[in-house]
This record gives sequence, structure tokens and C-alpha cells, in this order.
Amino acid sequence: MKYKPSTFWRKAFGEYKAWLYLAPALIILFVFQMYPIIKSFLMGFYTEFDYLHDIVYGWGFDHFADLAQDADFHLAIRNTCYLTIVAAPLSILISLLFAVLLNSNIRLRGVFQSIYFLPFVTSMVAVSIVWAWMLNKDYGLINSILKTFGISKVAWLTNPKMTLPVLVVLSIWKGLGYRVIIFLAGLQGIDQRYYSAARLDGAGAASRFFHVTVPMLRPTIFFLSVTTVIDVFKTFDEVYVMYSNEPGPLKSGLTIVYYIFTKFYRHWEFASAAAAAFVLFLIILSITLLQFAAVRLARWYEERRQAHEEME
Amino acid sequence: MKKWNNRFVKAATYGILTAGAAFILLPFVWMILTSVKPGNEVLLMPPRWLPSKIQWENYVKAFQAVPFMTYFKNSVIVTVCITSCELITTVLAAFAFARLEFKGKNLLFMLLVATMMVPGEILVIPNFVTLAKLGWINSYKALIAPWAASVFSIFLLRQQFASIPESYYKAARMDGCGDLRYLLTVMVPMSRPTLVSVALLKVINSWNSYLWPLIATNEKTMRTLPVGLAYFSTEAGVQYNTLMAFSLLIISPTLIMYALTQKYIIQGVSKNGLKG
Repeated sequence: MKYKPSTFWRKAFGEYKAWLYLAPALIILFVFQMYPIIKSFLMGFYTEFDYLHDIVYGWGFDHFADLAQDADFHLAIRNTCYLTIVAAPLSILISLLFAVLLNSNIRLRGVFQSIYFLPFVTSMVAVSIVWAWMLNKDYGLINSILKTFGISKVAWLTNPKMTLPVLVVLSIWKGLGYRVIIFLAGLQGIDQRYYSAARLDGAGAASRFFHVTVPMLRPTIFFLSVTTVIDVFKTFDEVYVMYSNEPGPLKSGLTIVYYIFTKFYRHWEFASAAAAAFVLFLIILSITLLQFAAVRLARWYEERRQAHEEME
Repeated sequence: MKKWNNRFVKAATYGILTAGAAFILLPFVWMILTSVKPGNEVLLMPPRWLPSKIQWENYVKAFQAVPFMTYFKNSVIVTVCITSCELITTVLAAFAFARLEFKGKNLLFMLLVATMMVPGEILVIPNFVTLAKLGWINSYKALIAPWAASVFSIFLLRQQFASIPESYYKAARMDGCGDLRYLLTVMVPMSRPTLVSVALLKVINSWNSYLWPLIATNEKTMRTLPVGLAYFSTEAGVQYNTLMAFSLLIISPTLIMYALTQKYIIQGVSKNGLKG
């Protein structure tokens, strides 16, 4: 009984010490990450306000209603969705191909891997500038290479139809190394005995790929599909730099983040930019949840099939 | 028959891998070659791969065209400060989550992890407002403070710290070793690879970051290298050789760092999916 107060104080002191350790991180995270999430949500509803003094005169759904009416916002969503639907699966498939090839007892594997990873450590601004120079219609390297194959000039940067394909290629180029490395880690985690067993059962290379590699890689594929989709959704730097501070010819490269940036930085319409940012958040959240659900469903289906097979 | 088949597969494998490498390297090669070309060879059609003479003056011009040293200094200061601040805040917080007891620990941790879901772009507008109110726009503080802590790093390091047996901690306490000393002399050295990976990726990311420095500064003297380069690219017109020299100057520090510390960077990515 005598020791009770002292253990109480020791405990209280221990807790207070834990908060001291946490304080530096928590202050930063609360001010610059948690508060802004709430603030950004609230700001979307401000109809009249003075941002410098943080006085709000009016609230309402006006900005969300405006977004629903705004043709530019629709275009931004369409473009971003196009990018996501085309670029994300393509990047993942190509990276998977390269990872599988690299994993097949290849010489110079380290060299290839280091090369593929280069764009990851490179400034996107510098990269976009070189690509824009290479894609120049009259003096660009790409068109001159195509010319040797007898293909006539393509207006990569000025034809609105080419904007999204160019951005897709750029996103594959940029992310290949990162995805290859993640896939390689996944591939190396697969127990070789599965392959031996499959071989004994007479499974060919293709069958081994689809019945061993792909199912075993499911967590990796899931991780990459979530991060790739999020990455593609945030496309901004390359568009802004490649098209000289314009969202591409005829706004053909207008993405959601670009739209938010324009509202915020060009027009200083903080509230409608916040509303658009919040819509972006909701879209990303729902896609991620859908991906989770898809994985769950696939697992459930698989389990049921297995149970079914065992019964027979 | 089988042997020929194998040879074909091998050849195709190397073919695809090499084509991929060429695709990745092409912009780098073109950047390097263009950066040393004399002005009259830049816009030749069909293009000339190798310059007739190497013109280093393009680099001098890149230095003179913009206040390069100012941008460089800003980039270095911002990158070093962000990385060191993040390491300090991360180590301390991860230790509290891994070893110390306090009320609401799990709840707080879950709350932090949940914020990882939120895209960074959503933070830009309120953060700008906050910093404007503090009067920090156009200062190093504005470029550094929002990035001085990261939930992802805390999460990662907590896992690492938790993997160090608790018996070490208890033994150290018995010997009268304080928490902070234990953290700095046992836990941090034992977690070196993770810390190095986190730091390297942070350096790369801060060095290359563009959107936030663009928004948080409007004076020329506060620009970082990527912001300076982007502005210069709209002014440079057809001086592609100078532009490429400037680009190469910006990407070389991270490329050199990558060449020297590849092991840690690749490990950080493959083990933890680090993105910086």
C-alpha cells in the first residue's frame, strides 16, 4: 500500500515523458496534415470569407454545385480517368513483364535494374523539359527517329489528341524502375518449391506463370495497383512544365490536380479549389476501397472454388 | 529443338531488357549530348548525335542566365533541413510508439495512419493559408515546416524499433540507462539501414519537389532549383543546349548520390515500398 502514490507518480511522469518524445512530430503533423484535412473539407463550404483573417461570412454548397456545372472540371475528371484506366494497368503489366524477365537468371541483372530506376531519382521538371525537347515537332529527336522508319512528323505536343498518350508513356517511363523493384521483391518471396511441383505436374512456362506466379504475387499487384492509381491521379508537374504552364493544347492535358492548381494559384479561388480537392480525395478513397473490395471478392471466390474442389 | 527454343527465349529476353534500358536512357543521353553542343548544331535536322566539338561554355551560360548559386543554396538548405528535421521527429515519435506507454497510444497511432490515405494535394491550400497567416510565405520556414515530419516514416521506424527485443531495453534500464541514451546508443545504431533508406529517399524527394516550392515562394531569391529551371525553360526559347546543361546540373547531385548509395535506396524501396 505504501508504494501506491509513488507508482502513480512514476506512471504519470512516464506518460508525460512519452508526450515529450511525441511533441515535435505531433505539432508538425497536426498543423500541416491533420488540421488541413479538416480545414480543406470545411473550406469547400465557405461561400464568402477573408482568408487572411480567417473570417467566414457565408456557408453553402455553392462550390460543389459550381463544380457539377463546370465543363472544365468534367474535362479534368475525364482526362484523369482516361490516364488512370490506360496508364495504371499498362505500367503494371509492363513492369511485371520486365520483373519476370529480370528474375530469370539473367546476366547484368543489377545493371538493368539500376538503369530502370534512374528516372525515379530524377527531377520531374528536368525530365519533362528533355521530353518536351525530344518531342518537338520540327527539331525533336523522336520525329527524326520515326522518319528513318518512314513515319511522317507527329505533332506530339500541339495536337490535342496526342497529349494523353504522351502522358501515359511518360508515366510508364517514370515509374518502371520503382514497380520492377517491388515486383522483384515479390517474385523472390515465392518459394521455389511451388515451381518444382508445378514442373513435376507437367505445367509449361505459361501455365506456371498464371497458376503460380500471378496468384502468389496478388498482394504485390494489389499494393502496386493502389499506389499507381494514386500516383496517376496526382499528375501535374509534367503537364505544367511540358506544355509551358498550360494544361496542354485545348486543355487536353487538364487533370484534376491541374484544375485545383489553376483555381487556387491562378484565380485565387481558395474555396472552390478546396471543394475540388475534396472531390479528388473522395474519388481516390472510393477507388482504393473498390480495390480492397475486389481483392476480398477474389479471395472469397478462390476459397469457395477450393472448397468446392475438395468436396469433389 | 528444345535447345533452339531456349536460345530464342534467352535472345528475346535480352532483347526486351535492352530495348527497355534504351527507352529509359534515351532522354538522359540526349540531355548530356545536347548540353555540350554548339548552338548551330542543336536544331539540325536530321539531328547530329555527337557534337563536332564539346562546348563547355553552355554550362557557364547556364550559371549566368539565372542566379544559379542562389537556387542551389536554397535547394541545399531546404533539403538538408527537411531531411534532418524529419529524422529527428521520426526517431523520437517512433520510439514513443514502440517502447513507451501512454494513454490513447493505439488510437493516436491509428489516427495518424489514417491520414496517410489523404492525397498531399488536399493539404496545399490550407497550408498556404496557415503559412500566410504566420507571415512565412517566401521564407525557408514555409519550404521546410510542412515536411518536417512524416507519418509513413514514423510507421516504418516503429516497426523497425519494435523488432528490437524488449529485453535489451529492460536490461539497459536495470543498468540505469535513460530512455534517450538507450534510444541514441542502441536503437538508432541498430536501425541504421532503415534510417539511411528513409533519409536518402527524403533527400531525393525534397530536392526534386516542385509544386510546393512553386506555390510557397513568389520571390526570385527564394526559388529552389526545379522552380528556377521551370521558369528558365519558358524564357530560354530555343537555347536548348543551355537548358539541357541547366537540367543536367540539377539532376546530377541525386544521380551521384544514387550511384553511391544504390544499395540502401533499392533496399528501402523493395522492403518497404518507400516513395520518399
